[in-house]
Amino acid sequence: MKVLLSWLKEFIPDLNHDHEKIGEKLSALGLAVESTEIVGSELPGVVVGKVLDLRPHPNAERIQLVDVDLGDGEATQICCGAFNMQVGDVIPVATVGSTLPDGMEIAQRKLRGEVSNGMCCSASEIGLGDDSDGIMILSENDPDREWVIGSSLSGALGLESDILWDLEVNANRPDAMSISGVARDLAASLEIPFEFPMDRDQKPQVVPGAGIQIDIHDPTLCGKFLACVVKGITVGPSPQWLQNRLIHLGMRPINNVVDISNYVMLELGQPNHTYDLKKVNGSRLGTRRAKAGESIVTLDDVERTLSEIDGVIVDGDDNPIGIAGIMGGASSEISESTTEIIIEVAWWDPPSISRSVKNLNLMSEASMRFRRGADYGINMDRSLNRVVQLLSETCEPEMLELIQADGNLPNASPVRVSKERVNGLLGTSLTNQEMMDLLRSIGFESKEATTEGGNETPYQEGFEVIVPSWRWDTQTETDLAEEIARTFGYERIERTIPRGPFTGQLSRFQKGRRTVREILIGAGCDETMPMPFLAPGDLQNAGLPNTAISISNPLVQEESLLRTSLLPGQLKIISYNQSHRVKKLKFFEIGHVYLPSEVDQILPDEREYLSISITGGNATEIVAILDLISSSMAFPNMQLKQQEIDGLHPARSAQVYVAGQSSGTVGEVDPRVLRNYGIDGPVAWLELDLGSILTGSFGKKKYKSVSKYPSSDIDLAFEVPVNTSSASIEGCLRKAGGAYLKELELFDSYKAEDGNGEVRSLAYNLRFQSNDGTLTDGEVSELRAACIEEVQKKTDARLRE
Amino acid sequence: MFDLDDLATEAEEASNEASTIEELSKVQAKFLGKKSKLVGAKKKLGTLPAEDRASAGKELNELKDQIDQLISDRKTVLQESEWNSKFDKETMDLTEKLSPINRGHLHLITQARDELEDVFIGMGYSVAEGPEVETAWYNFEALNIPDWHPARGNFDTIFVDLGEPEEVMLRSHTSPVQIRTMEKQEPPIYIVAPGRTFRTDSADATHLPAFNQIEGLVIDKGITMGDLAGTIDSFVHAFFGEEVKSRLRPSYFPFTEPSAEFDISRADGSWLELGGCGMVHPNVLRNCNIDPEVWQGFAFGFGIDRLVSMRYQLDDIRELVVNDARFLRQF
Repeated sequence: MKVLLSWLKEFIPDLNHDHEKIGEKLSALGLAVESTEIVGSELPGVVVGKVLDLRPHPNAERIQLVDVDLGDGEATQICCGAFNMQVGDVIPVATVGSTLPDGMEIAQRKLRGEVSNGMCCSASEIGLGDDSDGIMILSENDPDREWVIGSSLSGALGLESDILWDLEVNANRPDAMSISGVARDLAASLEIPFEFPMDRDQKPQVVPGAGIQIDIHDPTLCGKFLACVVKGITVGPSPQWLQNRLIHLGMRPINNVVDISNYVMLELGQPNHTYDLKKVNGSRLGTRRAKAGESIVTLDDVERTLSEIDGVIVDGDDNPIGIAGIMGGASSEISESTTEIIIEVAWWDPPSISRSVKNLNLMSEASMRFRRGADYGINMDRSLNRVVQLLSETCEPEMLELIQADGNLPNASPVRVSKERVNGLLGTSLTNQEMMDLLRSIGFESKEATTEGGNETPYQEGFEVIVPSWRWDTQTETDLAEEIARTFGYERIERTIPRGPFTGQLSRFQKGRRTVREILIGAGCDETMPMPFLAPGDLQNAGLPNTAISISNPLVQEESLLRTSLLPGQLKIISYNQSHRVKKLKFFEIGHVYLPSEVDQILPDEREYLSISITGGNATEIVAILDLISSSMAFPNMQLKQQEIDGLHPARSAQVYVAGQSSGTVGEVDPRVLRNYGIDGPVAWLELDLGSILTGSFGKKKYKSVSKYPSSDIDLAFEVPVNTSSASIEGCLRKAGGAYLKELELFDSYKAEDGNGEVRSLAYNLRFQSNDGTLTDGEVSELRAACIEEVQKKTDARLRE
Repeated sequence: MFDLDDLATEAEEASNEASTIEELSKVQAKFLGKKSKLVGAKKKLGTLPAEDRASAGKELNELKDQIDQLISDRKTVLQESEWNSKFDKETMDLTEKLSPINRGHLHLITQARDELEDVFIGMGYSVAEGPEVETAWYNFEALNIPDWHPARGNFDTIFVDLGEPEEVMLRSHTSPVQIRTMEKQEPPIYIVAPGRTFRTDSADATHLPAFNQIEGLVIDKGITMGDLAGTIDSFVHAFFGEEVKSRLRPSYFPFTEPSAEFDISRADGSWLELGGCGMVHPNVLRNCNIDPEVWQGFAFGFGIDRLVSMRYQLDDIRELVVNDARFLRQF
C-alpha cells in the first residue's frame, strides 16, 4: 500500500514530523516501509504553453517544429519529436534554463539547422507517472478549464513536493489498506489527534425516493449492502489534483466517476462500485452465490465462467452484473454517456472472497481489501457520501435515498481481556488503564466491567474491549495482546532468556550422520547439495525405473519430478564439472529421496540417502570407502552380494546388506549411462539408505584384549573360478581360523588364461595368535590345514601349491 | 728402545691420507694389527730386562692409545663426510607438491546448519527433523492457516501429484516440524528444526525453489514475548558476534500472535531483516492437543541460504546448488 504524506496530513492535522521519523514509526507499527520516494516538485521553469502552429522540420522527418505561446503572446519555436498535439492544445513546456526532475537541463540548441527554445514535455518527463507516450495534453484532461498561459505548471496542476511511502501491509490489517487506516495507527503512535476531515463536511442533499431495490439472497456471502442512485452525472476527466494522487498510488485515471470511486477506496479502504443505472435491468440489485457454469464478462473484457464458490451481484432479471468483492461486469460499466449511476458499498464475507479469488485466479484492488475483511461500520456510509461529495466537484449530482440490506455481519460482542494473561504472554507489567489507553489510541474502546445480558459487573482482573468494525480478524484476547504489544512498542519489552529443563544434544542418528560426513571429508570427498528435482528422462537416462512422483505446478520441466535416487543429480554435477575441466572428482551427498509409498500412505516413502561418486575410480576403490565407513561406524554385519543393479555396470555392482537388510548399492556406473550424461568414465558409485542404517543398531564396539604372545604369519593362495567372491573365501578362512585368526589380508589377485579358460588367483596373508600362549608349529599347521579344508569344502577354490 | 719414535707421526699422516672408512681400516690394521710394529714390539717386551719392562710397556700402551685416538678422530671426520655426501645426493625440493593430500569439504549449508544447531544445543535445545513432502494439515491447517486464508497465497506452494489436488506439497516452511513435534512430545519442548523448504520461485541470483530454513520452538510454562526477544538476542550474539544487536518489529503470521520480524544491526547502523517469530498461536497449541491455558511458547525461523550468502557475500545464490567443485573446495 502506497501512502502520500500530504494525504496522511489531511487525517492528522498536527503531522509536522520529519519524514524519516515517520518512516521509522510506520515500520515499528508493523507497516514495514519498503521504499520512500520524494515525488512531485516545484518544476521551476516549466510553464503552461499553448500550441500556436505546427509545421514539418525542413531537414528531419522525425521532428516537427512547434510554435508555442509561453504567455507573452509571441511564437517561440521548439523542435519536438512527438506528433500527438494539435494547434490550440495546452501543453507543459520546459523553458530554456530549466531542469527536469530526471536532471536534464534545457538549453537553447539547434537541431538540423533549426533553433529549439525549450522542450514540450510528456507526463513522465515532469514526474507525473509513467506515461511517456507523447506530449501531455493538459487541455484534453480538463477541457473546460481556462488555462493561464505562461503560468507555472506546478501551480496550475497543484504539484507539490511530497513523500511517497510503499508499505508492506500484512494479511491481518485490512484497515491499513487505506490512507485513513495508516493515519489512525501513525497518529496513535505519535500521540497526536486523528480525525476524518470529511465528517465535518455537510452531508449531500438527498432527493426523496430510492429508485432501486436491493436483495441479499445469501446472508453468509454479503453482510451488508448499501446503495444509492445519483442522477445528474456528467462523465469527464477528474480534477488534476485527484488524478495526481491516483497516479502516485499506482492507478491510471479514467474518468471522474471511476477515479473518484478508486480515490475513496484508497482513502477510506472501502471498495465501492458504480453502475450505469440505465444498464441495470429492473433497477434492482441482488447478491447470491453463482450457479455452476454461469458466466460474466468482467470490466477487463474477459468472459469468466463461475462456480458455486463465487458470489455475484445480479440485476432484476437475476443475470450476473458483477463478481462479488472482486470485479464489476462490463455490461453496466460507466461510459461517456452515463448520466445516472448506482453507487454500491458492500461488505463481503472474507473467506468467501478469498476462495473466489483463488477459484477464478483473479485478484483486484477490491478483493485485496475484502478478503482481509473490510470495515462493516459507519465507514461504509462515510465512503458513499464521500463519493457523492467528490462528484460534486466535477458535476451537479443529485443523490437519492440511501438504502441498505443486511446479511450476517461478524459477531461484535465484547472481548474479555485478563491483565494477568496479557502480561504473562508479553512479559510486561502493564496496568488495566495502561492497556486500555493503548487500545483506545487505535480505536478500541474498553471498560473495566463485564457485560452479560445487558448488565454490567465491575471487573478488576481485566477489562472488556469493543473491537472496532475495521478490525474484522481481531476476535480474541491474544489478538488484543498483539495490539497492546504493538502500540506499547516491541522494543520496550524487557528481554529475558528461558532456562529449559534439558541438556541440548543431537540424537544418535544426527550424531552418526555428522560422523559419516567427517569420515568422508577425511577421505577427500566434497559434499554436494543439488536441488532434489528431476526433469523427465533423467531417470531413464540413468538406467533407473521411471517411478518418480510428479509436481503438480512445476515452473520449469527441469523441476517437474521428485528424485527417487541421488544418481541423476550426481551425474549432472559430474557432467557439469567435467565440462568445466575439473577432473578427479570425489563427491558425496546426503539428501532425501521420495519413493512411491505403500497403498494406504498419502505421503511418499521419504528416505535419507547417502551417495558417493568417484570419477576415474573403479568399484574396489568405492568399496574401500564403504568398508571405511562401515568399520568406523561399526555397521552390524555389512555384506556385499554381487548382482546386476539398475544403472550400474552389470558385472561390477553389488547390493549392500547391513544387519541382513538390503541397504544400498555399490559398484561402477553403467558406461552407457555415463554416455547419456556425457561423462568420461569410469565413475565408481555408492548409494546407501543412511537414514535406515543410522536408525538401526550401529556403533557398538567391543573391547578385545590385545595378545601379549608372538604371532605367526602364513600365506595361502587359491585358484578360484571367476565368479567366486573373495568374500566367500574370506568367510571360510575366518570361520576355520576362529579366534586365532587376528588379521586377514588379500595381498594378491590376478586373472590368467590357462589351457582350460580363465582362472583367477587370490592370495591371502593370515596372522594367527593366541591370547593364552605362543602357538606351536604344530598348532599353526593344524589351523592352516583347517582353513584350506574349509575353503575347499565350501567353495570351488583349490589351493595353489 | 724399539725405534718407534716416528710411529705416531707416520700413523697420523697415513690416517689423514685415508679418504674412506675402508682405507682407514687398512691404516688401522697396519699400525695396530697383529703384524704391526706396535704388536711386534709388545711381543718383544719379554726380552727386555725386568727393570725396563714396566716403563717400556707403559710407553707402548700410551703410543697405542695415541694412535687409537687419532684413528678414531679421523673415523669420525670420515663418517661425517660420508653422511654429508649421502645427504647431498638425497637433496629434495620440499616445495615440490606432486601428490597433495586433499581433504574433502562440507557444503556451506551444512557448515552453517551445524553451527546454528550447536548454538542452540548450547542453549538446551535438541534438533528435530521432519519430512520434506507434507500434507496440507501439517503445512497449513494445523498452523492456523485455513484453506481460504490470504496468507496461503504468500507461500507459493509447490504441490505434489498425490492425494486430492493441493492436499500434498513440498513443505513451504519448516513449521510443520513444530506440529509433528508437539503431536508426539509432551511439553516442555525446546527444539530447533533445520531443513529444506520449497517455493515456486524461479532460480535467480537471490532465489531458489529449494532452500533451507531453521525453525525454533519453545513450549513451556510462563514463556513470554520477553523470552522470545531475549532468546533471539542471545542467539544473534552467539552467531554474529557480541557487537551485533537485534530488534523485533510487528508483523503477521497466522501461527503466531503476537508476531514479529526480527532484524539484526549492520556495521553502518542500518538493520537487516533476518526472519520471523512470535508467540505460538493458541489455535496451533489446541490443534496439537496442548492446553493453551497451561502452556505457551514462542517460535522463530529464518533462511540458512541467505545467511550463508550474506556471510560469504556470494554474488549469486545459485552457487549453492550448482555444486561446482571449484566453489565447494573454497570453504
